[in-house]
Amino acid sequence: MSARKRPAPQPNPETQAFWDGLGEGVLRIKTCGNCHEGHYYPRHICPHCGSADTRWLDTAGTGEIYSLSVMRRGEGAPFAVAYVTLDEGPSVLTNLVADDLDALAIGQRVRLAPQPGDADDIGDGPALPVFAAIGD
Amino acid sequence: MSLRNAACIAGAFEHPTRLAPDMTTPQLHAECAAGALADAGLSLTDVDGYFCATDAPGFGPISMIDYLGLTVRHTDSTEMGGCTYIQHVAHAAQAIAMGKCSVALITLAGRPRSEAVQRFRPGAPESAFEQWVGLTNHTSYGMCAARHMHEFGTTSEQLAWIKVAASHHAQHNPHAMLPKVVTVEEVVNSPMIADPLHRLDCCVTTDGGGALVVVSPEIAKTLNRPVISLLGAGEATKGPSGGLGLDLTVSAAAQSGPRAFAEAGVTPADIKYASIYDSFTITVLMQLEDLGFCAKGEGGKFVADGNLISGTGKLPFNTDGGGLCNNHPMFRGGITKVIEAVRQLRGEAAPAVQVPNCDLAVATGIGGSLGARHGAATIILERQS
Ligand SMILES: [Zn+2]
Repeated sequence: MSARKRPAPQPNPETQAFWDGLGEGVLRIKTCGNCHEGHYYPRHICPHCGSADTRWLDTAGTGEIYSLSVMRRGEGAPFAVAYVTLDEGPSVLTNLVADDLDALAIGQRVRLAPQPGDADDIGDGPALPVFAAIGD
Repeated sequence: MSLRNAACIAGAFEHPTRLAPDMTTPQLHAECAAGALADAGLSLTDVDGYFCATDAPGFGPISMIDYLGLTVRHTDSTEMGGCTYIQHVAHAAQAIAMGKCSVALITLAGRPRSEAVQRFRPGAPESAFEQWVGLTNHTSYGMCAARHMHEFGTTSEQLAWIKVAASHHAQHNPHAMLPKVVTVEEVVNSPMIADPLHRLDCCVTTDGGGALVVVSPEIAKTLNRPVISLLGAGEATKGPSGGLGLDLTVSAAAQSGPRAFAEAGVTPADIKYASIYDSFTITVLMQLEDLGFCAKGEGGKFVADGNLISGTGKLPFNTDGGGLCNNHPMFRGGITKVIEAVRQLRGEAAPAVQVPNCDLAVATGIGGSLGARHGAATIILERQS
């Protein structure tokens, strides 16, 4: 099975700090000084209230699986696509890595496991915010 | 002001091809346009409004208007993915009600089996956070199905009934891509594509297209066709909204549906026939709940045991075989949803699946990625006596 070619993310002025954080092993979200809600993916303006008073928050990098689907066909299969709800609130669309993808389940606790871009990826880019089951 | 009886669908045409290696996409648009106009008893020179989505070849609607030889005073290239054409009917009615046009032509065509089709839009703000994840339609809709199963106990067998019902209808459609009747066992034993969706939970991929002609009520009365009126319309969008309160078990149809029913002044219990966008079996199940045909979480029980099969069940759906078995041209099933609703209301569906005295129908759809950001459009149509 050939590896999946992942398009490398292109950081921009709105998101550079997020990608820098991953390089240090930290998943950063944005929080809002006006409505006090967090959001992901990060924006300059808060999508909940429209305030420009947004700031970076280093999360604990832990959460639980909200839902997942294992892709069984095509390039790089099998791989797990999931939403992980962070302990800080927002949910993150991500990949889950595990020795046994079939053992992953909704509700399971997971932690950030940043994955460096590799040679199969399309273009050079920062580490990716992938998650792994706690205990793996 | 409302859209109730503001416009009528006078022409509808589904291209018979499902594989078109020797045609061009503009040619398919033109053949669909000619088919729908002939169906209405109108010609290209009668058209004064043109609607297509952003997949149409060329620059917005301008290239196709010139290619087709139209002279129009109103254009609209609103994009809502596969359900766009349901929304276009409503937008055409708005334009007609405002006097901006009186004969609106809507076309869709594409050849995803015969040529590479660009589906990824560069520059989306979410791209850097989602593209590398491999969120295909299969995994996106798969996550919705997985969460629905988790919260409500929905089963693969219940989802399979949706495909089974579509296949019962497709056997009577000579143009259907998959005309063979399948069983629940065949669906759940087909290869897993993206958990929990099997190959037979997925719609077909087809070359082809369709077209609709929406006209003012005054013009509709002059045509030698049954008058099919728009009673109500609704649209909505839904996304992860910054990741707070994520709920993959509810679609934007929970907003578009009630809006359409409220404008029409009817309820789901009044509906005789339903065209429900069926990119996957889960797409149908969630929309049935979101439109109010059953309570949230009860969709699995509602679709089981042939309840969607015409002549057997309480709610005949997608009697052309739908996207699951008949046709899903250019990955966009919205136009065929409207076309089959029009056939049913005219009494022109295949005799084996024609709903008796079918005078009220709904066509509803989802466009985009159900598990991420998507749109929904719903219209209610009535045959005038
Ligand atoms: Zn805010």
